[in-house]
Amino acid sequence: MKSDTVFKYVLHLIAVIILALLSLIFITLFVNSLPSIKSLGLKFFISTRWNPVKGEFGALPFLVGTLITSFLALIISTPFSLSIAVFLSEYFKRGALSSVIRSGVELLSGIPSVIYGFWGLFVLVPVIRNLELKLHVPPYGVGIFTASLLLAIMIIPYSASIIREVMKLVPADLKEAAYSLGATRFEVLKGVVIPYSKSGITAGLILALGRALGETMAVTMVIGNANVLPTSIFAPSNTMASIIANEFSEAVDSIYLSSLVELGLLLIVVSAAINIISRWVIKRTSKV
Amino acid sequence: MESRVLEIKDFSMYYGDTKAVDNISMDVYKNKVTAIMGPSGCGKTTLLRSINRMHELVADTRTTGEIRLYDTEIHSISPIVLRRKIGMVFQRPNPFPTMSIYDNVIAGYKLNGIRLKRADRDIIVEDSLKKAALWEEVKDKLHRKGTFLSGGQQQRLCVARALAMKPEILLLDEPTSALDPKATTKIESLIEELKIYVTMVLVTHNMSQAARVSDYTAFLFLGELVEYGQTQKMFTTPEDKRTEEYLTGKFG
Repeated sequence: MKSDTVFKYVLHLIAVIILALLSLIFITLFVNSLPSIKSLGLKFFISTRWNPVKGEFGALPFLVGTLITSFLALIISTPFSLSIAVFLSEYFKRGALSSVIRSGVELLSGIPSVIYGFWGLFVLVPVIRNLELKLHVPPYGVGIFTASLLLAIMIIPYSASIIREVMKLVPADLKEAAYSLGATRFEVLKGVVIPYSKSGITAGLILALGRALGETMAVTMVIGNANVLPTSIFAPSNTMASIIANEFSEAVDSIYLSSLVELGLLLIVVSAAINIISRWVIKRTSKV
Repeated sequence: MESRVLEIKDFSMYYGDTKAVDNISMDVYKNKVTAIMGPSGCGKTTLLRSINRMHELVADTRTTGEIRLYDTEIHSISPIVLRRKIGMVFQRPNPFPTMSIYDNVIAGYKLNGIRLKRADRDIIVEDSLKKAALWEEVKDKLHRKGTFLSGGQQQRLCVARALAMKPEILLLDEPTSALDPKATTKIESLIEELKIYVTMVLVTHNMSQAARVSDYTAFLFLGELVEYGQTQKMFTTPEDKRTEEYLTGKFG
């Protein structure tokens, strides 16, 4: 056989293995959550009560907790990611300052999430507690807002580096055209660079959102682990990932364990759904 | 006597330590087409880009000497203001892909944040597209994206975009080098027609194009201005031996 053909088959095989892995994970989760699906049915998704002792398993608080923390983190991180990307791709492309910032941002993504959790507990939580005292809300320190802030810091490197790459792809002759019409650097950025890289920017932000949805350790440490529907953004809460991490080791009876697995399944479905929706959005907006 | 729009005097330009344009002096006359020709790397594009200070977008450039637009030394005013007075058309057509044809024409105003009344905008768009000989082809699809146009149409759209700012001078940087012969002919006859509205400086590596469309021609070689004068005269009785050799295809 020609080496070309062999290479092609190897590639096919690898692709199939990846697909098989994905389906197997899905199937495993599904099979293991069958007991909970059968006994709880739709109640699992609409009930707000989670009380394993009484056999009550409602996933809604965690679904809400996950979505709120992730989207809040996305909103907080976006101005920073955009600014970093603009700074590195348009204003300071070369030089010491640029490479220090670039590697600094990249380093952020390499910090283990448990370290973020520690830092959050020791630094962020007291700061937020002070803020809460000033705002006259219950000063938990831990809670949704703290988790979102921490998540925002954690996802900045991902969106910032993707946005920087797409901004670098804006053709130089388009920028020159704008400059030749008398545009300033800011006007070129606003009128040419950002519109041109709009779909890439969206893609970068969505990727960051995906990271936030599934982030477990750091969130578990600072979110307060309250299994109730959150009443304010300063309230302690739990995400799907954090409750699994928290309670997996103590889930002794089969329904308890099975409903935690079903939470995992729900997390995958939510992440996939957001991914698919955003792909569709990107496709719609990138039609030039 | 021709009236002078641009006066280039003892002008040199350096990239780092490399001298790209060497002590050039020449005048550009109103409502005429001035061609700058010469072999690749002779500094013709660099000279052109110095006129609207586009070279400043590249780091580490330095200039000496003067360029005057009427009585204003161009380095004494903001490049932003200067570039509104001196428009530019590039080698490759570069309409903004995110904008409609209409918005492309008006892009200079939009980018600069100049607000115009709807009616004024409509007039500028129609007028500029007519001058660029594109109006008839696009008048029914003004609000579609400009990217589906042919290369030649896109280049004329870029001409319209530059004309919309009502510039004193239009710089053309090898505007037909990415176009097919038919589109090239169209751009060349457009240049002829535009003379009544605007002064043009055309960089070309194609000497027959310089002969066809220009009134004055400058021949640059190794950053130096070898010869400058009326096109007809230069192409029939060149003064410098190097010009003659270039025109007869001995080098370049």
